[in-house]
Amino acid sequence: MTDARYDRAPGDISISAEAKERTLSDVGIYTIGLALAVILTATSFWVANTSLLWAPGIPLGLVVLAIAQMGVHLVFFLHITTGPDNTNNVLALAFGVLIVTIVVAGSLWIMTNLNDNMMLPAKLMNLHMQH
Amino acid sequence: MNIAVAVDDVRREALPSASEAGPAPKRIVVAYGFWIFLLSDIVMFSALFAAYAVLVRATAGVPAGAQLFNQVSVAIETACLLVSTYTCGMMSLAVNARRRAATYFFAVVTFVLGAAFLYLEVREFADMIARGATPQRSAFLSAFFTLVGCHGLHVAAGLAWLAVMMAQVAVRGFRASVERRLLCFALFWHALDIVWVWLFTVVYLMGVRP
Repeated sequence: MTDARYDRAPGDISISAEAKERTLSDVGIYTIGLALAVILTATSFWVANTSLLWAPGIPLGLVVLAIAQMGVHLVFFLHITTGPDNTNNVLALAFGVLIVTIVVAGSLWIMTNLNDNMMLPAKLMNLHMQH
Repeated sequence: MNIAVAVDDVRREALPSASEAGPAPKRIVVAYGFWIFLLSDIVMFSALFAAYAVLVRATAGVPAGAQLFNQVSVAIETACLLVSTYTCGMMSLAVNARRRAATYFFAVVTFVLGAAFLYLEVREFADMIARGATPQRSAFLSAFFTLVGCHGLHVAAGLAWLAVMMAQVAVRGFRASVERRLLCFALFWHALDIVWVWLFTVVYLMGVRP
Protein backbone atom coordinates (compact mmCIF):
# COMPACT_ATOMS: atom_id res chain seq x y z
CA MET A 1 0.00 0.00 0.00
CA THR A 2 1.23 3.48 -0.78
CA ASP A 3 1.93 5.76 2.19
CA ALA A 4 0.32 8.81 0.62
CA ARG A 5 -2.70 9.54 -1.49
CA TYR A 6 -1.51 11.36 -4.58
CA ASP A 7 -3.27 12.35 -7.74
CA ARG A 8 -2.76 10.09 -10.69
CA ALA A 9 -0.76 11.35 -13.65
CA PRO A 10 -2.89 11.72 -16.78
CA GLY A 11 -2.21 8.79 -19.10
CA ASP A 12 -1.20 6.46 -16.26
CA ILE A 13 -3.17 3.28 -15.72
CA SER A 14 -4.34 2.92 -12.12
CA ILE A 15 -1.95 0.93 -9.95
CA SER A 16 -4.09 1.05 -6.81
CA ALA A 17 -5.13 -2.03 -4.86
CA GLU A 18 -8.63 -2.28 -6.31
CA ALA A 19 -7.24 -2.04 -9.83
CA LYS A 20 -5.27 -5.24 -9.23
CA GLU A 21 -8.53 -7.08 -8.65
CA ARG A 22 -10.18 -6.09 -11.90
CA THR A 23 -10.70 -8.80 -14.45
CA LEU A 24 -9.41 -6.87 -17.46
CA SER A 25 -5.71 -6.72 -18.27
CA ASP A 26 -4.08 -3.44 -19.34
CA VAL A 27 -3.84 -4.71 -22.91
CA GLY A 28 -7.56 -5.53 -22.73
CA ILE A 29 -8.41 -1.91 -21.88
CA TYR A 30 -6.57 -0.58 -24.93
CA THR A 31 -8.06 -3.32 -27.13
CA ILE A 32 -11.63 -2.49 -26.06
CA GLY A 33 -10.87 1.18 -26.76
CA LEU A 34 -9.57 0.34 -30.24
CA ALA A 35 -12.61 -1.85 -31.00
CA LEU A 36 -15.05 0.88 -29.88
CA ALA A 37 -13.15 3.56 -31.82
CA VAL A 38 -13.17 1.41 -34.99
CA ILE A 39 -16.93 0.82 -34.66
CA LEU A 40 -17.62 4.54 -34.13
CA THR A 41 -15.34 5.59 -37.02
CA ALA A 42 -16.91 3.05 -39.37
CA THR A 43 -20.37 4.28 -38.33
CA SER A 44 -19.32 7.89 -39.04
CA PHE A 45 -18.15 7.02 -42.56
CA TRP A 46 -21.34 5.01 -43.17
CA VAL A 47 -23.59 7.81 -41.89
CA ALA A 48 -21.86 10.37 -44.13
CA ASN A 49 -22.37 8.27 -47.25
CA THR A 50 -25.73 6.59 -46.77
CA SER A 51 -28.96 7.78 -48.29
CA LEU A 52 -31.08 5.85 -45.79
CA LEU A 53 -31.02 8.57 -43.13
CA TRP A 54 -32.79 11.91 -42.98
CA ALA A 55 -30.24 14.21 -44.64
CA PRO A 56 -30.60 17.37 -42.45
CA GLY A 57 -29.96 15.29 -39.32
CA ILE A 58 -26.68 13.82 -40.55
CA PRO A 59 -24.33 16.65 -39.40
CA LEU A 60 -25.78 16.41 -35.89
CA GLY A 61 -25.38 12.63 -35.95
CA LEU A 62 -21.74 12.99 -37.02
CA VAL A 63 -21.07 15.42 -34.16
CA VAL A 64 -22.64 12.99 -31.66
CA LEU A 65 -20.48 10.15 -33.00
CA ALA A 66 -17.35 12.36 -32.73
CA ILE A 67 -18.18 13.27 -29.11
CA ALA A 68 -18.69 9.57 -28.33
CA GLN A 69 -15.35 8.67 -29.90
CA MET A 70 -13.63 11.48 -27.99
CA GLY A 71 -15.04 9.95 -24.80
CA VAL A 72 -13.74 6.51 -25.79
CA HIS A 73 -10.26 7.96 -26.39
CA LEU A 74 -10.27 9.83 -23.07
CA VAL A 75 -11.37 6.79 -21.05
CA PHE A 76 -9.55 3.90 -22.73
CA PHE A 77 -6.36 5.58 -24.06
CA LEU A 78 -5.80 8.55 -21.73
CA HIS A 79 -7.28 6.69 -18.70
CA ILE A 80 -9.23 9.69 -17.42
CA THR A 81 -11.59 8.35 -14.74
CA THR A 82 -14.03 9.75 -12.20
CA GLY A 83 -11.88 8.54 -9.30
CA PRO A 84 -10.75 10.91 -6.54
CA ASP A 85 -7.13 10.65 -7.74
CA ASN A 86 -8.20 12.08 -11.10
CA THR A 87 -10.09 15.20 -9.95
CA ASN A 88 -7.42 17.66 -11.10
CA ASN A 89 -7.14 16.03 -14.53
CA VAL A 90 -10.91 16.09 -15.00
CA LEU A 91 -11.18 19.73 -13.86
CA ALA A 92 -8.48 20.83 -16.31
CA LEU A 93 -10.26 18.88 -19.06
CA ALA A 94 -13.60 20.46 -18.15
CA PHE A 95 -12.07 23.93 -18.38
CA GLY A 96 -10.56 23.07 -21.78
CA VAL A 97 -13.90 21.80 -23.06
CA LEU A 98 -15.60 24.99 -21.80
CA ILE A 99 -13.17 27.25 -23.68
CA VAL A 100 -13.36 25.14 -26.85
CA THR A 101 -17.16 25.25 -26.76
CA ILE A 102 -17.21 29.02 -26.24
CA VAL A 103 -14.71 29.64 -29.07
CA VAL A 104 -16.40 27.37 -31.64
CA ALA A 105 -20.06 27.96 -30.78
CA GLY A 106 -19.50 31.68 -30.18
CA SER A 107 -17.69 32.19 -33.50
CA LEU A 108 -20.38 30.36 -35.44
CA TRP A 109 -23.18 32.20 -33.66
CA ILE A 110 -21.68 35.67 -34.15
CA MET A 111 -20.70 35.10 -37.77
CA THR A 112 -24.10 33.65 -38.71
CA ASN A 113 -25.78 36.62 -37.07
CA LEU A 114 -23.45 39.02 -38.87
CA ASN A 115 -24.09 37.37 -42.25
CA ASP A 116 -27.84 37.58 -41.72
CA ASN A 117 -27.68 41.27 -40.83
CA MET A 118 -25.38 42.15 -43.73
CA MET A 119 -27.80 40.57 -46.20
CA LEU A 120 -30.11 43.42 -47.17
CA PRO A 121 -33.63 42.56 -48.35
CA ALA A 122 -33.89 42.45 -52.15
CA LYS A 123 -36.04 45.59 -52.37
CA LEU A 124 -33.65 47.65 -50.26
CA MET A 125 -30.67 46.22 -52.15
CA ASN A 126 -32.11 47.41 -55.49
CA LEU A 127 -32.70 50.88 -54.07
CA HIS A 128 -29.16 50.85 -52.78
CA MET A 129 -27.75 49.96 -56.20
CA GLN A 130 -29.57 52.76 -58.02
CA HIS A 131 -27.76 55.49 -56.12
CA MET B 1 -23.16 -2.31 8.30
CA ASN B 2 -22.12 0.31 10.82
CA ILE B 3 -19.06 -1.69 11.75
CA ALA B 4 -18.00 -1.89 8.12
CA VAL B 5 -18.28 1.88 7.75
CA ALA B 6 -16.27 2.41 10.93
CA VAL B 7 -13.47 0.14 9.72
CA ASP B 8 -13.42 1.94 6.39
CA ASP B 9 -13.07 5.27 8.19
CA VAL B 10 -10.08 4.08 10.17
CA ARG B 11 -8.30 3.06 6.98
CA ARG B 12 -9.01 6.41 5.41
CA GLU B 13 -7.61 8.28 8.38
CA ALA B 14 -4.40 6.33 8.15
CA LEU B 15 -3.80 7.78 4.70
CA PRO B 16 -2.93 11.49 4.61
CA SER B 17 -4.71 13.45 1.90
CA ALA B 18 -2.76 14.65 -1.12
CA SER B 19 -2.40 18.17 0.25
CA GLU B 20 -1.02 16.90 3.57
CA ALA B 21 1.39 14.49 1.98
CA GLY B 22 3.72 17.19 0.63
CA PRO B 23 4.79 17.73 -2.96
CA ALA B 24 3.64 15.09 -5.44
CA PRO B 25 6.21 12.95 -7.24
CA LYS B 26 7.81 14.58 -10.28
CA ARG B 27 6.15 12.11 -12.67
CA ILE B 28 2.69 13.35 -11.63
CA VAL B 29 3.68 17.04 -11.74
CA VAL B 30 5.28 16.69 -15.19
CA ALA B 31 2.39 14.72 -16.67
CA TYR B 32 -0.15 17.18 -15.24
CA GLY B 33 1.76 20.14 -16.66
CA PHE B 34 1.89 18.46 -20.04
CA TRP B 35 -1.85 17.74 -19.80
CA ILE B 36 -2.42 21.51 -19.32
CA PHE B 37 -0.23 22.20 -22.38
CA LEU B 38 -2.21 19.70 -24.46
CA LEU B 39 -5.49 21.32 -23.46
CA SER B 40 -4.16 24.75 -24.45
CA ASP B 41 -3.00 23.23 -27.75
CA ILE B 42 -6.54 21.92 -28.26
CA VAL B 43 -7.89 25.42 -27.51
CA MET B 44 -5.63 26.69 -30.34
CA PHE B 45 -7.05 24.01 -32.64
CA SER B 46 -10.57 25.09 -31.64
CA ALA B 47 -9.82 28.59 -32.99
CA LEU B 48 -8.70 27.05 -36.30
CA PHE B 49 -11.81 24.86 -36.35
CA ALA B 50 -13.99 27.93 -35.73
CA ALA B 51 -12.25 29.80 -38.59
CA TYR B 52 -12.79 26.82 -40.88
CA ALA B 53 -16.46 26.46 -39.93
CA VAL B 54 -17.06 30.18 -40.58
CA LEU B 55 -15.23 30.18 -43.93
CA VAL B 56 -16.37 26.81 -45.29
CA ARG B 57 -18.85 28.45 -47.73
CA ALA B 58 -16.40 31.16 -48.88
CA THR B 59 -15.12 29.16 -51.83
CA ALA B 60 -14.80 32.09 -54.31
CA GLY B 61 -15.98 29.94 -57.20
CA VAL B 62 -13.23 27.34 -56.73
CA PRO B 63 -14.31 23.69 -56.28
CA ALA B 64 -15.34 23.06 -52.67
CA GLY B 65 -14.60 20.05 -50.51
CA ALA B 66 -17.05 17.72 -52.20
CA GLN B 67 -15.00 17.77 -55.43
CA LEU B 68 -11.58 17.83 -53.78
CA PHE B 69 -11.66 15.27 -50.98
CA ASN B 70 -10.95 11.59 -51.53
CA GLN B 71 -12.81 9.62 -48.87
CA VAL B 72 -10.85 6.39 -49.42
CA SER B 73 -7.60 8.21 -48.72
CA VAL B 74 -9.12 9.82 -45.61
CA ALA B 75 -10.34 6.43 -44.36
CA ILE B 76 -6.85 4.94 -44.74
CA GLU B 77 -5.31 7.96 -42.95
CA THR B 78 -7.84 7.54 -40.11
CA ALA B 79 -7.05 3.83 -39.81
CA CYS B 80 -3.28 4.54 -39.74
CA LEU B 81 -3.60 7.10 -36.95
CA LEU B 82 -6.05 5.03 -34.90
CA VAL B 83 -3.90 1.88 -35.00
CA SER B 84 -0.79 3.95 -34.25
CA THR B 85 -2.54 5.30 -31.14
CA TYR B 86 -3.21 1.70 -30.09
CA THR B 87 0.41 0.64 -30.66
CA CYS B 88 1.53 3.77 -28.77
CA GLY B 89 -0.54 2.52 -25.82
CA MET B 90 1.12 -0.89 -26.16
CA MET B 91 4.48 0.91 -26.10
CA SER B 92 3.50 2.64 -22.83
CA LEU B 93 2.69 -0.75 -21.29
CA ALA B 94 6.02 -2.15 -22.52
CA VAL B 95 7.82 0.84 -20.96
CA ASN B 96 6.01 0.32 -17.63
CA ALA B 97 7.04 -3.36 -17.69
CA ARG B 98 10.64 -2.34 -18.63
CA ARG B 99 10.55 -4.57 -21.69
CA ARG B 100 13.04 -3.06 -24.09
CA ALA B 101 12.45 -5.24 -27.18
CA ALA B 102 8.67 -4.74 -27.03
CA THR B 103 9.19 -0.97 -26.57
CA TYR B 104 11.31 -0.77 -29.72
CA PHE B 105 8.88 -2.96 -31.67
CA PHE B 106 5.79 -0.90 -30.83
CA ALA B 107 7.70 2.37 -31.30
CA VAL B 108 8.69 1.29 -34.82
CA VAL B 109 5.11 0.27 -35.66
CA THR B 110 3.81 3.61 -34.30
CA PHE B 111 6.43 5.50 -36.29
CA VAL B 112 5.71 3.66 -39.55
CA LEU B 113 1.93 4.19 -39.23
CA GLY B 114 2.42 7.88 -38.38
CA ALA B 115 4.76 8.29 -41.35
CA ALA B 116 2.22 6.55 -43.62
CA PHE B 117 -0.44 9.00 -42.40
CA LEU B 118 1.84 11.94 -43.13
CA TYR B 119 2.74 10.58 -46.59
CA LEU B 120 -0.94 10.22 -47.54
CA GLU B 121 -1.71 13.72 -46.29
CA VAL B 122 1.20 15.33 -48.16
CA ARG B 123 0.17 13.44 -51.32
CA GLU B 124 -3.40 14.72 -50.89
CA PHE B 125 -2.13 18.31 -50.48
CA ALA B 126 0.12 17.98 -53.55
CA ASP B 127 -2.79 16.59 -55.56
CA MET B 128 -5.05 19.49 -54.54
CA ILE B 129 -2.38 22.09 -55.35
CA ALA B 130 -1.75 20.44 -58.74
CA ARG B 131 -5.46 20.89 -59.51
CA GLY B 132 -5.27 24.62 -58.74
CA ALA B 133 -6.73 24.45 -55.21
CA THR B 134 -3.89 26.34 -53.53
CA PRO B 135 -4.15 27.97 -50.07
CA GLN B 136 -4.25 31.51 -51.54
CA ARG B 137 -7.09 30.68 -53.95
CA SER B 138 -10.02 31.08 -51.54
CA ALA B 139 -10.80 31.70 -47.86
CA PHE B 140 -12.12 28.15 -47.59
CA LEU B 141 -8.85 26.71 -48.88
CA SER B 142 -6.77 28.98 -46.61
CA ALA B 143 -8.70 27.72 -43.59
CA PHE B 144 -8.50 24.12 -44.79
CA PHE B 145 -4.73 24.11 -45.31
CA THR B 146 -4.12 25.93 -42.00
CA LEU B 147 -6.27 23.54 -39.99
CA VAL B 148 -5.23 20.23 -41.58
CA GLY B 149 -1.64 21.39 -42.11
CA CYS B 150 -1.33 22.37 -38.44
CA HIS B 151 -2.40 18.87 -37.41
CA GLY B 152 0.06 17.43 -39.94
CA LEU B 153 2.86 19.54 -38.44
CA HIS B 154 1.98 18.19 -34.99
CA VAL B 155 2.20 14.62 -36.33
CA ALA B 156 5.58 15.40 -37.94
CA ALA B 157 6.83 16.85 -34.63
CA GLY B 158 5.53 13.74 -32.84
CA LEU B 159 7.46 11.48 -35.21
CA ALA B 160 10.68 13.43 -34.57
CA TRP B 161 10.01 13.26 -30.82
CA LEU B 162 9.45 9.47 -31.00
CA ALA B 163 12.75 9.00 -32.85
CA VAL B 164 14.59 11.07 -30.21
CA MET B 165 12.93 9.07 -27.40
CA MET B 166 14.04 5.76 -28.91
CA ALA B 167 17.60 7.10 -29.10
CA GLN B 168 17.33 8.08 -25.41
CA VAL B 169 16.05 4.63 -24.45
CA ALA B 170 18.93 3.08 -26.39
CA VAL B 171 21.60 5.29 -24.81
CA ARG B 172 20.26 5.96 -21.31
CA GLY B 173 17.86 3.08 -20.72
CA PHE B 174 14.66 3.32 -18.69
CA ARG B 175 15.68 5.99 -16.20
CA ALA B 176 13.07 8.19 -14.54
CA SER B 177 13.59 11.23 -16.81
CA VAL B 178 13.24 9.12 -19.96
CA GLU B 179 10.09 7.45 -18.60
CA ARG B 180 8.51 10.86 -17.89
CA ARG B 181 9.20 11.97 -21.45
CA LEU B 182 7.74 8.74 -22.83
CA LEU B 183 4.59 9.32 -20.75
CA CYS B 184 4.30 12.85 -22.17
CA PHE B 185 4.84 11.53 -25.71
CA ALA B 186 2.03 8.98 -25.25
CA LEU B 187 -0.30 11.77 -24.03
CA PHE B 188 0.67 13.91 -27.04
CA TRP B 189 0.05 11.09 -29.52
CA HIS B 190 -3.36 10.18 -28.06
CA ALA B 191 -4.39 13.87 -28.05
CA LEU B 192 -3.44 14.17 -31.74
CA ASP B 193 -5.82 11.34 -32.52
CA ILE B 194 -8.64 13.13 -30.67
CA VAL B 195 -7.99 16.20 -32.85
CA TRP B 196 -8.05 13.97 -35.95
CA VAL B 197 -11.46 12.55 -34.92
CA TRP B 198 -12.87 16.09 -35.14
CA LEU B 199 -10.91 16.80 -38.33
CA PHE B 200 -12.27 13.88 -40.32
CA THR B 201 -15.77 14.51 -38.95
CA VAL B 202 -15.97 18.27 -39.52
CA VAL B 203 -13.72 18.73 -42.56
CA TYR B 204 -14.00 15.53 -44.58
CA LEU B 205 -17.30 13.80 -43.71
CA MET B 206 -19.38 16.98 -43.43
CA GLY B 207 -17.42 18.50 -46.33
CA VAL B 208 -18.29 15.79 -48.86
CA ARG B 209 -22.02 16.31 -48.32
CA PRO B 210 -23.47 18.63 -50.95
